[in-house]
Amino acid sequence: MFEKVLTRNCSLPRSESVDTYIANGGYQALSKALREYTPEQLIDVVTASGLRGRGGAGFPAGRKWSFMPKDPQVVKYVCVNTDEGEPGTFKDRELVEKDPHQIIEGVIIASYAVGAPRAFVYIRGEFFLGVKRWIKAIDDAYAKGFLGKNILGSSFSLDLSVHRGAGAYICGEETALIESLEGKRGQPRKKPPYPANVGLWGKPTLVHNVETLANVPHIVNRGAQWYAGIGTPKSTGSKIFCVSGHVRNRGIFELPLGVPLREIIYEQAGGMAFDKKLKAVIPGGASTPMLTPQQLDTPMAFETLEAAGSMLGTGAVIVMNEDTCMVDVARRLMRFFAYESCGHCTPCRAGTQRMLEVLERLEGGKGKPGDVESLEEIARGIAGRTFCPMGDAAVNPILSGLKLFRDEYDYHVKYKRCAVA
Amino acid sequence: MMPTELRTVRDPAKRSMLLTALYIAQEQYGYLTREAVERVASRLDLPVTEVYSMASFYSLYRTQPTGRYVLQVCEGLSCHLVGGADRLVDYLSKKLGIKAGETTKDGLFTLETVQCLASCGTSPAVRVNDALYENMTMEKIDELLETLRGYHV
Repeated sequence: MFEKVLTRNCSLPRSESVDTYIANGGYQALSKALREYTPEQLIDVVTASGLRGRGGAGFPAGRKWSFMPKDPQVVKYVCVNTDEGEPGTFKDRELVEKDPHQIIEGVIIASYAVGAPRAFVYIRGEFFLGVKRWIKAIDDAYAKGFLGKNILGSSFSLDLSVHRGAGAYICGEETALIESLEGKRGQPRKKPPYPANVGLWGKPTLVHNVETLANVPHIVNRGAQWYAGIGTPKSTGSKIFCVSGHVRNRGIFELPLGVPLREIIYEQAGGMAFDKKLKAVIPGGASTPMLTPQQLDTPMAFETLEAAGSMLGTGAVIVMNEDTCMVDVARRLMRFFAYESCGHCTPCRAGTQRMLEVLERLEGGKGKPGDVESLEEIARGIAGRTFCPMGDAAVNPILSGLKLFRDEYDYHVKYKRCAVA
Repeated sequence: MMPTELRTVRDPAKRSMLLTALYIAQEQYGYLTREAVERVASRLDLPVTEVYSMASFYSLYRTQPTGRYVLQVCEGLSCHLVGGADRLVDYLSKKLGIKAGETTKDGLFTLETVQCLASCGTSPAVRVNDALYENMTMEKIDELLETLRGYHV
């Protein structure tokens, strides 16, 4: 039985309170980090642990930390990305609502490691309970001396505050998040320069997903070797998988990276609801290409999913049964991307709208010959030509759907209805 | 290499209060009226157009009045797969006699569809003002509407 790391406190009564967190070993890693490690040593520990970003891209956290300039004269910032909005994903909300101090401890250690005296939480505007939990947790952390001046008697000081977003998926992209924090429209910036060089108010900024930061206290407490021993050599540690769709038990399952998709669906989530046949799985949130039942033994890790033609993304597993119309699925996902396109660059802004028009037409029984070809052409015209990764994200479900279920698209054109019931 | 904006904005920290200021104004005025936007602009030393540009970019800001309760039905994929989204919108539409995007005549309810609410494990989800309702069914919708109406008898 795998020992839960990130969600170990989540089922405790009042798990969100600082007292529960401390009673279960909380803030010991912070004390250890401040007393026993220099910032450079901490960066080495996180690098050795192999921790990779959990927001979707999987960038090595230690390398991200090491990119921050070492000059103590340079003002630096840390941002906590709680702008969870990828369809299928609900892990960050759970972590913030159930165990916010675990994240705060990670933020303080990361800020100490990169030498940032100021950190910001950017939270999705819709997460009202999350906002309240963040504020209460930060207040309590100040009261206990974990935040503020001279933390735990050390020379390190850190201020942390909450900034509420206002409804824009794109603000989960790190440079768009920074724009939004600055009080602007959340439109991504050109990279390079990367935030580690030019970030918030032009200063070096470290932006991390909530789940990534939640791993940090455990790495400090139990060591890089222990952490690297979980998962696969290239995808270390545990991951929170969010399972939704046609399974018996939907929800959150924390498992070591590299766990086969089959185990997540059939053991953890109890298998297919109503014993229906499995048709397709989106393994890592709406932006990741679909997998088929033949790929069920794919280990859920960054490198293995990439080899399978998909991505780990946020680890949001959306399971679809035999009765699902794949054109309808594509249409729903495209409604999301068309609505959330920030409008900055034409391929994404206009392309998602054009794709949505075709998909609505197909689903509405008004598909014309040539529509499917045109959909594919638009999708290929967007891929790799947008300002930020959102364009690629929007075409992933379309291109993978067309590859796997082309006959269903053609069926819509020919018979003006879905191939499934 | 400093972005251009930084050289022109006098106080970047002040500007970063814009999202918060819009929330406060929206709460005081009910929605972002012309006056509300002008007040925010003047307090933060920003052009009115700039503030409108922000208000239109972010979906939680409203420049039109809404009902007392805004019912947001999630139409994300995970809600749809378990019989939410369209079915709940249709049901609410029929019950309230309005389409998505409209407000009931008594000014009590506005019906909207929204993208993923991050409740995919407990879908279908409906958000009412700031509260999230999960695992929604038609029966639960009935109960919810009754409770909300009960506050205004």
